[in-house]
Amino acid sequence: MVFVLVESEEGKIKKYSQEALTYGADLAAATGSSCAAIAIGEDTDTSDLGNYGADKVYHVTGSGLEAFSPGGYATAVADVVSNNGGNYVIVSGSYTGKSVAPKAAVKLNAALATGVVAMTDGNSIRKTCFSNKAFSKVSMSGDVKVITVVPNSYEIKSYDKAGSVESVSTDVGSSVKTKSISIDKVKGKIPLTEAELVVSAGRGLKGPENWGMIEELADVLGAATACSKPVSDMDWRPHSEHVGQTGITIKPNLYIAVGISGAIQHLAGVSSSKVICVINTDPEAPFFKAADYGIVGDAFEIVPKLLARAKELKAS
Amino acid sequence: MNILVGISAVPDTTTKISFVENNTKFNTEGVQFIINPYDELALTKALEITEAQGGEVTIITVGDASVEPVMRKALAIGAQKAIRVNTVAKDGMHAAQCIKDAIAGQSYDLILTGRESIDYNGGQVAGILSEMLDMSLINVVTSIEVNDGKVTAVRDIDGGRETVEASLPCVLSAQKELCEPRIPNMRGIMQARMKPLEVVEPSVDYSATNYDSYELPAEKGSVKLIEANNAEELIDLLRTEKKLI
Ligand SMILES: Cc1cc2nc3c(=O)[nH]c(=O)nc-3n(C[C@H](O)[C@H](O)[C@H](O)COP(=O)(O)OP(=O)(O)OC[C@H]3O[C@@H](n4cnc5c(N)ncnc54)[C@H](O)[C@@H]3O)c2cc1C
Ligand SMILES: Nc1ncnc2c1ncn2[C@@H]1O[C@H](COP(=O)(O)O)[C@@H](O)[C@H]1O
Repeated sequence: MVFVLVESEEGKIKKYSQEALTYGADLAAATGSSCAAIAIGEDTDTSDLGNYGADKVYHVTGSGLEAFSPGGYATAVADVVSNNGGNYVIVSGSYTGKSVAPKAAVKLNAALATGVVAMTDGNSIRKTCFSNKAFSKVSMSGDVKVITVVPNSYEIKSYDKAGSVESVSTDVGSSVKTKSISIDKVKGKIPLTEAELVVSAGRGLKGPENWGMIEELADVLGAATACSKPVSDMDWRPHSEHVGQTGITIKPNLYIAVGISGAIQHLAGVSSSKVICVINTDPEAPFFKAADYGIVGDAFEIVPKLLARAKELKAS
Repeated sequence: MNILVGISAVPDTTTKISFVENNTKFNTEGVQFIINPYDELALTKALEITEAQGGEVTIITVGDASVEPVMRKALAIGAQKAIRVNTVAKDGMHAAQCIKDAIAGQSYDLILTGRESIDYNGGQVAGILSEMLDMSLINVVTSIEVNDGKVTAVRDIDGGRETVEASLPCVLSAQKELCEPRIPNMRGIMQARMKPLEVVEPSVDYSATNYDSYELPAEKGSVKLIEANNAEELIDLLRTEKKLI
């Protein structure tokens, strides 16, 4: 059986978990098996999981699962999987998933593959490597395989499955080794890792005071904002916006790069974006080679034009 | 305070990636290997902690003899001791198992690694080690403070940050912003030559995964250029051609 750990926020199933469920449902179909979701915590709404591909849902609650901890969650996952004959455990490559998957793999004595973007067959996967500069086909052996799926690499499908819920109550208290002190969520903004559209800018913008038009364009398009490394190094923008080889890796549907040269380390973090638009004064900027659309021109002229047109369309 | 830092040797970030032997092996010809950038942060943080509180920093690398120059650089930055496990790690599970066996009988208050290695991008070793060694785990951290046998760290979460507390011993993985990485100075480089670098043989030859083949991403078609004085067209194309907005 294929198990998928699903995450939720304020009760709602995360988009990247819906993607992981699609992966799980496809894998179950390919291996003649069924797909079960594992939902952890009291306040998860499990009613939709059948539509996302779950034949069955294990809703796990109990002592030690009131808040996230790598140890508590990994124990909950490993217990459900081993008690119900799981062969595959699919986890999203979210921060939560990245903390849970390696620990669950050890508990289950499983093979582990992370950064997976596609399934090749039941025993092998395609994963990113060299920071998105390449892909590898990796074969996995053993009875249990744990796989983390990169967000935004799998298209969500809709299903019409039973999704019947079995409640599991447990006590994982002894494996909880960390305590959450406080959580600081970026409010009112789309988190970069979950954004489908991203507007990003680099040193070509000259200074932090010029980001108003970038934020406004992002706002009108419903996009998140990002930046190049020097821009966050100089504190023009927060570090959480830095994308690239040593920053966040993203693969949105649209990446608009303004005043960014397109250095190899920058491209490593964004080159898997589905559509890339580049705005740069220098026609020789390397970024144009990685772009779908390009405008050779001054950001201070071009961005206001884009903004005006986007506003016009939004109003109509 | 004894701290172990996992150091992985990776291709320099400017490396143009290519493969040989019918795309089954990474082409290392002409490639310069460096300390994985996140591991540089882990190492610097470990030095900051031991300088303030006393203690020793040991680095460990699973790799063949070719990684020793990278390890010497870590010693030059300031680590006191080094252990090399003499095998090429096949995956994160294998690397972690080798590290666990190599440090059996030693005790560390903290184990620091990078958030991920920039070659195989596993992001696995910290989590696996914490489980194998029954230590607490705080993954992808931008700050670490150690006080009275407790560690408080700030970690990245989806859409924000979380402050987490754990008891020692603890495994943490370094994220950018944790500190400014140090670069070795002349004195450090001289001293590094004299520092102990112990080589141990691996006790396992385990691997549940195999990298069968590699490929480069599909080349982009040529860029569609839009005239600057007609820039608005970009928005229209994104809407009509790509149906994105
Ligand atoms: C170990 C290592 C890791 C790194 N990791 C990362 C990483 O993760 N992410 C990252 O981004 N970088 C990374 N870098 C840095 C990278 O090599 C580049 O230096 C960086 O990406 C350049 O940022 P930039 O494009 O904003 O600035 P620049 O290279 O200075 O480019 C600015 C661009 O703006 C254009 N421009 C200037 N004025 C205008 C205008 N008015 N309108 C439009 N365009 C204009 C210029 O033509 C130029 O192309 C790393 C480097 C190293 C050594
Ligand atoms: N071969 C290795 N030897 C020592 N440490 C390693 C090795 N591989 C990975 N690590 C450590 O584990 C971290 C995460 O690596 P990975 O799980 O491979 O992405 C790295 O940043 C290193 O700190």
